[in-house]
Amino acid sequence: MGNIIREYRTVKEISGPLMLVDDVEGVTYGELAEIKMEDGSIRRGRVLEVHGRKAMVQVFEGTRGLSPQDVRVKFLAKGMELGMSIDMLGRVFDGSGRPMDDGPAIIPEKYLNVNGNQINPYARDYPNEFIQTGISTIDLLNTLVRGQKLPLFSGSGLPHSRIAAQIARQATVLKTGEKFAVVFAAMGITFEEAEFFIADFRKTGAIERSVLFINLADDPPIERLTLPRMALTTAEFLAFEKDMHVLVILTDITNYCEALREISAARKEVPGRRGYPGYLYTDLSTIYERAGRIKGKNGSITQIPVLTMPEDDKTHPIPDLTGYITEGQIIILRPLHTQGIYPPVDVLPSLSRLKDKGIGVGKTREDHSDVMNQLYAAYAQGKNARELAVILGESALTEEDVLFVKFSDAFEDRFVRQGEYENRTIEESLRIGWELLGMLPPNLLKRVRDEFIERYYPKSS
Amino acid sequence: MDGMKGEVIKVSGPLVVAKGLTGARMYEMVRVGELGLFGEIIEIKRDEYSIQTYEETEGLGPGQPVVRTGEPLSVELGPGLIRSIYDGIQRPLDVLARDFGEYIVRGTQRPALDRSKIWDFVPVARTGDTVKGGDILGTVQESALVSHKIMVPPGRMGTVGRIGPVSGNVDTEVAVIEGPGGPFGVTMIQRWPVRDPRPAKRKIAPTQTMTTGQRIIDMFFPIVKGGTACVPGPFGSGKTVVQHQLAKWADAQIVVYVGCGERGNEMTDVLMEFPHLKDPATGEPLMERTVLIANTSNMPVAAREASVFTGISIAEYFRDMGYSVALMADSTSRWAEAMREISGRLEEMPGEEGYPAYLGSRIAGFYERAGAVICIGSDDRHGAVSIIGAVSPPGGDLSEPVVQTTLRVVKVYWGLDDKLAFARHFPAINWLASYSLYQEIVDSDADDTVDKMWSVNRRRAMTILQKEAELDELVRLVGIDALSLEDRLLMQAARMIREDFLHQNAFDDRDTYTSPGKQFMLLNLILRYYDEIRTGLADGATLDALLKLNVLDEITRAKLIPEDDLERFRSIESDIVNSIRALVW
Repeated sequence: MGNIIREYRTVKEISGPLMLVDDVEGVTYGELAEIKMEDGSIRRGRVLEVHGRKAMVQVFEGTRGLSPQDVRVKFLAKGMELGMSIDMLGRVFDGSGRPMDDGPAIIPEKYLNVNGNQINPYARDYPNEFIQTGISTIDLLNTLVRGQKLPLFSGSGLPHSRIAAQIARQATVLKTGEKFAVVFAAMGITFEEAEFFIADFRKTGAIERSVLFINLADDPPIERLTLPRMALTTAEFLAFEKDMHVLVILTDITNYCEALREISAARKEVPGRRGYPGYLYTDLSTIYERAGRIKGKNGSITQIPVLTMPEDDKTHPIPDLTGYITEGQIIILRPLHTQGIYPPVDVLPSLSRLKDKGIGVGKTREDHSDVMNQLYAAYAQGKNARELAVILGESALTEEDVLFVKFSDAFEDRFVRQGEYENRTIEESLRIGWELLGMLPPNLLKRVRDEFIERYYPKSS
Repeated sequence: MDGMKGEVIKVSGPLVVAKGLTGARMYEMVRVGELGLFGEIIEIKRDEYSIQTYEETEGLGPGQPVVRTGEPLSVELGPGLIRSIYDGIQRPLDVLARDFGEYIVRGTQRPALDRSKIWDFVPVARTGDTVKGGDILGTVQESALVSHKIMVPPGRMGTVGRIGPVSGNVDTEVAVIEGPGGPFGVTMIQRWPVRDPRPAKRKIAPTQTMTTGQRIIDMFFPIVKGGTACVPGPFGSGKTVVQHQLAKWADAQIVVYVGCGERGNEMTDVLMEFPHLKDPATGEPLMERTVLIANTSNMPVAAREASVFTGISIAEYFRDMGYSVALMADSTSRWAEAMREISGRLEEMPGEEGYPAYLGSRIAGFYERAGAVICIGSDDRHGAVSIIGAVSPPGGDLSEPVVQTTLRVVKVYWGLDDKLAFARHFPAINWLASYSLYQEIVDSDADDTVDKMWSVNRRRAMTILQKEAELDELVRLVGIDALSLEDRLLMQAARMIREDFLHQNAFDDRDTYTSPGKQFMLLNLILRYYDEIRTGLADGATLDALLKLNVLDEITRAKLIPEDDLERFRSIESDIVNSIRALVW
């Protein structure tokens, strides 16, 4: 079984992206299929369910123009695979993994199943190496480490693409001589957005060490389901077989989830919240959990998924389930953007869960953790006081509150705000942090150890 | 004849339907397809057997074989459990990584208990003793912290025939027992079907405090040995850190940590950290009392569904030896979602939010396996299993079915609040919303063993916090100046309770664990300060001066005083008294 090539002309039903093929034999779940049309063009699909002699096939390029009488379906006796080569660096591929730049075809070193395998939790190595992104709100407050998955939660019209590009451009580790690559997976983004990334990567030379997979907004939505898996398979190949440190940018996860909902609806499954399938969490985790480090391997996969929250609502199922799987989130805030602050990172609800293992002596600096906690606490207090002032007027504030309000204004203006091409070292971020803390008397800095206050608190002002 | 071998007729994700398995029972384990994937029968309709497979089903199709094992999903129980890391169906992940590499390969199996390890069995029972299920035949020193009791399996009885010291692997026969139906051998291993609770002589009401070293928990919302607690909270509110803190510092003799549908890196964190952390009671590495179950979110959902049962069966087994066991399940929501997914594939009629209608009874059934018990066996020893379950409500919405059904069965509720988390107040347990129904048991215990003022102080502190919340609303409306001087002092005291007592840094080695004695002193110190400033105010000191005493810094840093230097609390106390006296004079 499996070696015979089986071709069928027995398509019985076509509905949405799905096709029912009857009288099949030996077809297996997840198997890849080729759908040949009258004119000789070929589309591809994947078996979603087999029941007796019936197979349900999901057609990647969509079913437009298909007729049950014309098409022939061939089952390929293998899962979805992608040919891998180091030559993929510097290239652009479409949602089916075909080159879409003018370069030559890729000669694969090996083929890998795009669904990957689950990393044995025992074989994982804990992410604890600091990645400097050059963005203060990330480096100092929501530190990214190698092997982490840290999404950008954004909204439509916000500059998440620019931030993602800035991270891709600037991300370095504080060690030298290591190989670094970017895998960029675009799902359903517009031509302009895609162009922005490609141009930016070209301009900065980053393209040489990047692999791009692009599915545009008008490309078949179903391709969006396999695209991130192809990107991650490539990342795994580069990381764990070619010893590279790979940064994977996935944008936009919201489009991915919508494609998943489309399939689910076509299969008439019982919908969960907001019509998304009940297995959305599990499905997303099979993407996000492919980040990480493996014991005994040099490379690593760090993921920055980008998602636009419908109506900026963090409780929407997509950001919500993402937040439960990823190791923190960077939240982009509309009011800050409106004030003209770039990058408009909402510091308080943003979080990097792995920061504690990636900072401190030998990684960043001894006072990093205390400064971080103190900046948070002081900014939170200042924001609270500012709200109070809105209701009661400035006069209702205590002396201390007034001080914190001033602090939080300066914090947004000098610490959060930075240039799109401004690449701050962690030392610079810490210096700005201490400058701001210098606005507060030392006895209010409860989260900082005395020794650090002595060493770093600005001496005179 | 019963069909021991059937064939696949349908594959849809993790759900496989097979025919030709006549005689198979509900929840029997089967091996599916050419790869021999593990699965469990969960529905029988005429000759159609629905199987939830514990592994990815790609490549499976109609016509492939399905083989019965004749046994329900079971765990192996015996020496070697401690320090292990298993997946949801008790496959040893460390051994799989060694033998098959860093990815999990489908259809692979290794025995849950390492057969190459040699254990020394020391008999306790003697030839001629009459024994029954649960009686201890002998012990094996399993780790520095755990003396593993080899017991007569539940339901068996007889007279001990041959028994003696012996060394060997877990399959070694350690005793022969003359039973009513003939002699039978006992090895160091027992098998147990995970979905059946292990028997106990009877359940008893829990009476012993389980200290956790977490101030807000021990002081305000305590848990007991044999109790149940849940930790619901939106993402980022610190559920996992709370669970890890309890796994580290709770004074249980055995800890079973079930990572159910959560992050892979979190399990790695536990694996890397626990061997280096010392148990505060014994000084031994915490790993020496820990069993880990890791079924991360990307691992198959059916195995996730099974993982909590695997965990609780192991916990009950140690309970039967007379230990107090704490089980952490992170997160029960992922477990419930696994049930929902399987239920959906079975096309069952959905209940609330698509969850199966039996969600409530499954959750209740799980938490009911916790409790303090008199173990089976002749010596009436006591054992206990406590369950602490994390819940991850979608969007932080506590009205959703998993939270609500859980709250109906658990006795302690630690509600995590994302507002507190944003302000970096950790643990972000909301002190106004949380509760513990074990409060009275713990109060009377702590009044006797820690300090007779324990419960009085606790009530005073809670009253201050509640009053603060009321005043806070007022302040929002009219400003702090509108408060009376007494209320200003109360606000100060409340703030200190929050910041200097409730706030606890899990990542600071001086702050991560606080003994009950120190907890009492710390809270007492703040209350003492509050008393003194009230007296000071009455005696004519100014508000400003009282709220800005230098001694405040000392109180703030008091939580970092080492456990072996608690005398310093006295000197701070006298500093408070002196500095206020200086103001009045």
